[in-house]
Amino acid sequence: MANSGLFWALLGAALSAGLAGAGSAIGVGVAGRAASGVVTQEPNMFSKVLILQLLPGTQGIYGLLIAFITLTQIGIMGGDPNISLVKGLLYFAACLPMAIGGLISGIAQGKCSVSAIGLVAKRPEQFGKAMIFPAMVETYAILALLISILSIFGIVNVPI
Amino acid sequence: MSKVPMKRIFIAGLKQDRKKILETLQRTGVVEVLTEKCEDDELKTMNVMSEAVAFSKNSALADQALSVLDMYAPDTEKSIFSSLEGAKDLSTARYEEESLNREIYLEKADDILKLDKQIAEDRASIPKAESRLETLAPWMNFDLPLDFSGTESTVAWIGTVNGQISMEGLYAAFSGEESERPESLDISIISQSKEMTCIFVICLKEDKELCEEGLKRLNFAKAQLSTMIPKEESEAIKAEIKELNADIEKCIEEIRTYSPEREHLKFISDYYSMRSDKYSILDKLPQSEYAFFIDGYVPSRYADALKDKLEAGFDIAVELREPEENEDVPVELSNGMLSEPMETVVESYSLPNKNEIDPSKILAVFYYIFFGMMLSDAGYGLLMVLGTGFILLKVKNLKPQMKKMMKLFFYCGISTTVWGFLFGSFFGDAVNVIATTFFNRPDIALRPIWFEPVSEPMRLLVFAFGLGIVHLFTGLFIKLYLLCRQGLYKDAFYDVVLWLMFVGGGIVYLLTIPMITSMLGLSINLGDPWPMVSAVVAILGAVGVVLTGGRESKNWFKRILKGAYSAYGVTSYLSDILSYSRLLALGLATGVIAQVFNKMGSMLGASWYGMLIFIIVFLIGHVMNLAINILGAYVHTNRLQFVEFFGKFYEGGGKQFEPFTEHTKYFKVKEDN
Repeated sequence: MANSGLFWALLGAALSAGLAGAGSAIGVGVAGRAASGVVTQEPNMFSKVLILQLLPGTQGIYGLLIAFITLTQIGIMGGDPNISLVKGLLYFAACLPMAIGGLISGIAQGKCSVSAIGLVAKRPEQFGKAMIFPAMVETYAILALLISILSIFGIVNVPI
Repeated sequence: MSKVPMKRIFIAGLKQDRKKILETLQRTGVVEVLTEKCEDDELKTMNVMSEAVAFSKNSALADQALSVLDMYAPDTEKSIFSSLEGAKDLSTARYEEESLNREIYLEKADDILKLDKQIAEDRASIPKAESRLETLAPWMNFDLPLDFSGTESTVAWIGTVNGQISMEGLYAAFSGEESERPESLDISIISQSKEMTCIFVICLKEDKELCEEGLKRLNFAKAQLSTMIPKEESEAIKAEIKELNADIEKCIEEIRTYSPEREHLKFISDYYSMRSDKYSILDKLPQSEYAFFIDGYVPSRYADALKDKLEAGFDIAVELREPEENEDVPVELSNGMLSEPMETVVESYSLPNKNEIDPSKILAVFYYIFFGMMLSDAGYGLLMVLGTGFILLKVKNLKPQMKKMMKLFFYCGISTTVWGFLFGSFFGDAVNVIATTFFNRPDIALRPIWFEPVSEPMRLLVFAFGLGIVHLFTGLFIKLYLLCRQGLYKDAFYDVVLWLMFVGGGIVYLLTIPMITSMLGLSINLGDPWPMVSAVVAILGAVGVVLTGGRESKNWFKRILKGAYSAYGVTSYLSDILSYSRLLALGLATGVIAQVFNKMGSMLGASWYGMLIFIIVFLIGHVMNLAINILGAYVHTNRLQFVEFFGKFYEGGGKQFEPFTEHTKYFKVKEDN
């Protein structure tokens, strides 16, 4: 197992893209169902509820972002993919905030979007406020993303 | 600041001029009429709500006719931008002329709706006819009408039994336990399928009862009655369906002939909705025997002109006065070029209440900066500028709200472009990727004017926090200004100055700790006396907050506890500042995802198909990235403004100024003079 470091780093990237993507998929999925319900009654609300449906979609993108940075750093996308076991484990750890935070916040934000869609369906003029509630949930995905990014960029300078 | 100053207006006019005066007010559209119920013996309101409802019904009728017309005869002159367009101008003369024909136009609308109803009825009849055809299908070979019940000396039954039953099986059912099967019985099978067998049973009258018993055993069900021979009936139904289809076609053709009426329908839709508005106002106006009275608000800049105009035209008394302090004056915002689009943002939160200023101007500065940082790509920014600029130039009468939105994204686009060049991002690293892949020149790249966020994320993070602190403190200073303006100097000191000392001192103190500055990568070195001074200021602030935070409580013990709790609120400042890290995170997200697409596109190298794939991936990828990130930047810029910034000083709750005007969809009647 000369190269198990690479495995751990890849596992981190995979979890980050996979779990955060799954969270977003669930979130966008439930919000989409609510949005369809609204559009059957009020077809001209389409663009408003679409925006609200898309809000939980960002976790998947953040996950992809972390996965991509990791892949670039470990040399999978061209370069020398030969990293030590310790470094691989470090990358794995660095990916975890985004993986876990993305999964759970995506689901939570989806539920929040469902309620926001309900709000907009009843009071379309309150769209500005309805948008803010799901955005509050996203803060924690952003914080997770931040820690993952800072960690991954930090690992390069760790002398192992 | 940029809340429009309002004046209270009282109008007393003669009843005979009522219609004209109301029409003038509606057309000028600058007066909000107060419609409180009046409690007075002399003054009565007249009840015209039923008229108002009738007018709005007519307007709805015209709208329905229009949508029918649009369905069968789409407007061919419509451009793709028409959904963005607002109302067209219409001169008063044209308006008067057209309004004479309103009854004729209304009849046309009625005709269209009748045709549409006819179509709907025909469409509903077709499936009914088809299902009848289906039930007839098994009987097609039968040459008697289905209600045939026998001759003078015979009895006959026509109908179905469940399942596929052979001739022997059928006959067997008629021989009961005590009785033999009647001699005269004759059964013929008309048709058979797995589900059912269609049979024709005949016997002499005297065997009727025996046969009936047999039929019961078979679970025999009579066929649906019909006086026609199945074949003839099916021909008739087919002809009927054909006729229905022809009728539908005819109706559609007829509806199409109405397409020149489109403009007229739009006109009466507007005409009746205007009259409905007028009557719902009229319904609430207090009136005496000869006069009527209007109480309302008018923006100061129109007040005098309106007064002159009314007094010149009618025998009327108009009185203007400044609103009193405790009046809940309706709010309209008016701003300069750059801050005008912010009004939509402020409105979507809440309008300023009577003690607050219009925050649009200050909002504008931070809004454009934040949006630009979050999107931060010169290519995307240019696309936004070109797209919104094109619409602003091309579509002349944009809906006002839409126009503000377009302007908002136009300015945000400019800011995005600037930040893009500062961070060296143009469709991600497209310049370098294209140069490397197709021209073999890896040395060509768009160099950042400032620095590249991907290689120095810490630096951008610190900058984002710095911006956040400036933003939050601006909010606190506005609160200071507002409180001082109201003369609440004590509150200003307790709620703002002490907090500024507490938080500001704390931040400076943190910056004097070498560990923090090295972690943040800052090269500032605050030596003596800064650590001492900032610590003292922060502690003074903190003590002050603990002492005054619960000042509404008389009990000192309670007061200190409450104060301590409010000092705990300092953690919210921490989370507020951390919240600005989204400036970095979203900016990086745009850039890195753009790079992903560039990389994916360039994987096949410099061959012709490589180039083709690159173009396709580039187009799809960047459009997707742009769309999702504009959404993200918009939502999160709003969030920073609403939650972090407004949370510091802004409550809102102002009432929107809603002038009595023409709420029309298609036309705007213009005064000629």
